[in-house]
Amino acid sequence: MAISTKYELKLGAATREAFGRTLAELGNKNKNVVVCDADLSKSTYTVFFQKEHPDRFIECGIAEANMVAIGSGLAAAGKIPFVSSFSAFVINKGFEQLRVTAAYPNVNLKVVGTHSGISIGEDGPSQMSIEDLSLACNLPGFTVLAPADEVSMAACIHLAAETFGPFFVRAGRAKAAIVYEPGTKFHVGGSHQLIDGKDIAIFANGLLVAEAIKAAEQLDAIGISARVIDLYSIKPIDREAITKAAEECGAIVVAEEHLKDTGIGTRVAQVVVETAPCVMEFVGLTNYAESGTPEAVLEKYGMTASVIVTAAKKALARKKK
Amino acid sequence: MTKTSNPAELAAIAKTVRRHIIEMITAAKSGHPGGSLSATEIVTTLFFDVMKHDPQNPSWAERDRFLMGKGHACPVLYSVMAQCGYTPVDKLNTFRHLGSIYQGHPDVRFIPALEASTGSLGQALSVGLGMAIAAKLDKSPSRTFVVLGDGEIQEGQIWEAAMAAAFHKADNLVAIVDWNKIQLDGFVQDIMPLEPLVEKWKSFGWHVIEIDGHNIEALQKAFAEAESAKGVPSVILANTIKGKGVSFMENNPKWHGTAPSKEESALALKELA
Repeated sequence: MAISTKYELKLGAATREAFGRTLAELGNKNKNVVVCDADLSKSTYTVFFQKEHPDRFIECGIAEANMVAIGSGLAAAGKIPFVSSFSAFVINKGFEQLRVTAAYPNVNLKVVGTHSGISIGEDGPSQMSIEDLSLACNLPGFTVLAPADEVSMAACIHLAAETFGPFFVRAGRAKAAIVYEPGTKFHVGGSHQLIDGKDIAIFANGLLVAEAIKAAEQLDAIGISARVIDLYSIKPIDREAITKAAEECGAIVVAEEHLKDTGIGTRVAQVVVETAPCVMEFVGLTNYAESGTPEAVLEKYGMTASVIVTAAKKALARKKK
Repeated sequence: MTKTSNPAELAAIAKTVRRHIIEMITAAKSGHPGGSLSATEIVTTLFFDVMKHDPQNPSWAERDRFLMGKGHACPVLYSVMAQCGYTPVDKLNTFRHLGSIYQGHPDVRFIPALEASTGSLGQALSVGLGMAIAAKLDKSPSRTFVVLGDGEIQEGQIWEAAMAAAFHKADNLVAIVDWNKIQLDGFVQDIMPLEPLVEKWKSFGWHVIEIDGHNIEALQKAFAEAESAKGVPSVILANTIKGKGVSFMENNPKWHGTAPSKEESALALKELA
């Protein structure tokens, strides 16, 4: 795909909407795809699937733990179940069920958590998941994906359906900037370098990929060459791209709409420490957020390009020592 | 395996199962004899009479499925599955030993013929419901049977699954509550009472059958009745005696999760001769 440092970020659909549309299409191609939702189908957009395939839509009511285990039973009986709710509920309330009925027996369950991160805004912290990626990564055998835009979400849903084993795919509520051209390839364990650079590498996922692109442009304007990598596959993680970035740039910033202490940054750092130790800075959340417009919440809690720029400068200052 | 509907033959198999349970737990020096002994007739009747399954073809798509919600009672399941020919009888006494297929709780990684890994209480009914829904979608005659402990149904997820099973008209799902009235810490009545249990399941929209869970003919009738109940899931509330068949274990909370000593084991096996 064509990448330039002058990126034109146009607002596209929310990744949850892309999930719903892709799922409905997938239902036409694969009759084994079934969908479970917990009274949030209009919000998770599984309603698109329900409209087209009502017989394969299984309403579970507001009982996420039960839904997860029903999904595991469907998977064990040969179906490809997608179970969906807000990340904050399906991962947290369903965690033990994910562990015992899906992860350790390695069943073909697909979990899609929508309304992830703090960008849901007004609904406030009880609905905001800021621990989901970490929890999902804690489940051995799970593949964990966090796509940035509608193109990558569609690809990730296809990957989940076509690859045997349990998956967690993270979706957001807010409209996401379009980063990818249609037809871009994605794979489990992959990443995409969106902008090349030599001074510092910025790893991001989800909404923060667009912010990382903006940050790279701001850094470019002051003579700093920043590489931007979308780490959409969080588990397995692209060790090669991380090691290469550490070796070639010697400084890394990881930016994520997730708790900083337990998120992707720690996973990137683990690779860096093992392969090519270098300076690192982390942009993420340190506590629960609050209600407000999505834009205001993201701004107040530091999920912005300018915070990434500051982190990059800090890393570069340490790199020079 | 030779299936049979003859209650006397099923009772003879059940007696062997009880001996296996005592031998396995004695060899392991750990395990749960009480709840295994109480569920013996239930599991024996299911595998040797009621369920359609084929140990030569465990993944037969139209097989009936069995889930042991109270996974700690797996010695009864292991003995029955071994006697059916799924797994070796002569390895039963490796139960709970490192490397054994007979894990402390049922584990599909070690015995692929198991339908699910169970033992975290409260989850198997939901998993079984998923399987029952899958069978309906496939227009398969497959039925799913889930044995639950009475203590186990204190888990909230059981009632989430109960609600959902009734809503989805899962008449191919049968829950059997091994109602032995004892849980780990003591009598259910003292820990967290379940009564009125018949009314609870009824109010959740289930067809409820209450029987003596050691009476094989009553079990056979109950499973037939469950099959004839259309449009609703069925639950068999099987009144049982914890530790059934071993006089000193019967109705004593101590034997929920205690292995017998060699002397106690010999005494038990003598009673089960």
